[in-house]
Amino acid sequence: MDRKLKDFFVGKLSLSAAIFSSLLVFFIAIALFQKSIPILELRPLNQLLFSSSWLPSQGNFGFYPFIVGTLYVTGLAMALAIPICVLTAVYLAEYAPKKARSIIMPLVDLLAGIPSVVNGLWGVLFIVPLIRHVAPLVGASTTGYSLLAGGLVLAIMVAPIIISVSEEVFRAVPLEMAEASLALGATKWQTTKHVILRKATPGVIAAIILGFGRAFGETMAVLMVLGNVAEVPMSLFDPAYTLPALIANNYGEIMSIPLYDSALLFAAFILLAVVVFFNALARIVLLKFEGRSA
Amino acid sequence: MDKRKLEESFFKALMLLSTFTVVGSLLAVFVAVIWKGAPSLSISMLTQTPKGGYYLGREGGILNAIAGSLILASGATLLAFLLSFMITLYLHGYAGKSRLADLVRLSLDILWGIPSIVLGAFIFIVMLYVKARASLLWGIITIAILELPILTRAMDEVMKMTPFKLIEASYSLGSTRLETLLNVMTKQALPGILTAILLAFGRGIGDAASVLFTTGYTDSIPSSLFDPVATLPLAIFFQLGTPIPEVQQRAYASGIILLLLVLFLSILSRFTTRKFTKYVIR
Repeated sequence: MDRKLKDFFVGKLSLSAAIFSSLLVFFIAIALFQKSIPILELRPLNQLLFSSSWLPSQGNFGFYPFIVGTLYVTGLAMALAIPICVLTAVYLAEYAPKKARSIIMPLVDLLAGIPSVVNGLWGVLFIVPLIRHVAPLVGASTTGYSLLAGGLVLAIMVAPIIISVSEEVFRAVPLEMAEASLALGATKWQTTKHVILRKATPGVIAAIILGFGRAFGETMAVLMVLGNVAEVPMSLFDPAYTLPALIANNYGEIMSIPLYDSALLFAAFILLAVVVFFNALARIVLLKFEGRSA
Repeated sequence: MDKRKLEESFFKALMLLSTFTVVGSLLAVFVAVIWKGAPSLSISMLTQTPKGGYYLGREGGILNAIAGSLILASGATLLAFLLSFMITLYLHGYAGKSRLADLVRLSLDILWGIPSIVLGAFIFIVMLYVKARASLLWGIITIAILELPILTRAMDEVMKMTPFKLIEASYSLGSTRLETLLNVMTKQALPGILTAILLAFGRGIGDAASVLFTTGYTDSIPSSLFDPVATLPLAIFFQLGTPIPEVQQRAYASGIILLLLVLFLSILSRFTTRKFTKYVIR
């Protein structure tokens, strides 16, 4: 074939691949929304979102316990992960000897690659029994399958994202700025606190939002350790139930009860909407940040 | 001691403690799974499919799930690679200064963040629409969508590293855009592309939530694209869900297999980066 023709042909083909990939997110959103319409037409939105009554066989679809469960477990995981991960990232970017960094960063990447089922398995093997034995010491009794177990397992799963993104952000802060501060007699920590951390704040926030998005949609690991009881948890030792776990646990029965499929796909739509919103936000913050430091 | 120095050592200690916590919990995942699973790991788990009553603690193995996961992830990685390679060609050869390139990158980043259970639900809707049953084919499509943003963004990043002078040299010799892309940029980016493929393959093997709806589950190895297929993560999940201790033990052993597989891919990807980098012009 003619060289130029080949070039033209591949050009058009690659353009269509690019267009297809950028439309994929819209396809997903439209398909899920389309399937949510039946339940949105029959039940008022605030009843779906704020009712605690989940009895699909009687037509009661109150997502409140699942929404609260998802928010609690995600919030707990983030509260545990953020301080530890940001401190680790600062250490790796600013303080760690080159050798330590070159060992720890691949380990963090490795942690990112651990399948969520394996993380869940670890939760069942280690975290759940630990909580079962420790809870009586603080006057609570639990099977161990609890909000706390979910939060701990999830914290480990979001750690690599927060660490690797914020470490990159810290390293992108121009060296001259740190040098200027050091030259004025500031200690290394003062420089880190007042120059590096301040300059990197938007990027770190973006890293945290990305971690939040990951935690919010995580399914299997949470499903395995959370206990899955459709009630609003009252303490850290109570079981909880999340939206992704709800979808994963019930897909098998969705055809047997009217409106059930629409309800579960509405749950998927809520997940999508929240995650897309936060991810787009994080990406915009990161783009702005890159633009400024370049 | 000076107050500033004191603050410095306090935070330094805090940072070290955090780093140890992170590294420690990584090692804890490995140690706990391997320690608990190793006693019930056996050759027959790797070489046999489940026999009757396997989930009640009788004979058999999880070859169906191991083979299923490898076939599924290979097919998906191939499909995702073809698509993402085309997209990368567009981004680096044909996009020019168009805004579409930014849009493609942004939507791939957003796609990356979409929970895999939502991707599974989406493909499930498509399957309902075309009245298809859960099978290997739909699993491949689902995992391919999961891998697409990982592969494309990683290849995009390595292609960006091609020295501009090499591209200019190629154009000045009269090459078309396609020839420059394939003979110069792709060759230059080859180590990175291989790493990206292995990374995506590992993600494809490890994901469970997305294939829950789309592949079904079976005790045999699939013989066509339209057969249902078992996957390793789901095998672990189902074995753990039984009330029988011996079967739960096997879930831990299967966890080791999955963990080692992912670990192997990760190490392999580092090795390929090093090995192939010597053919790259700097």
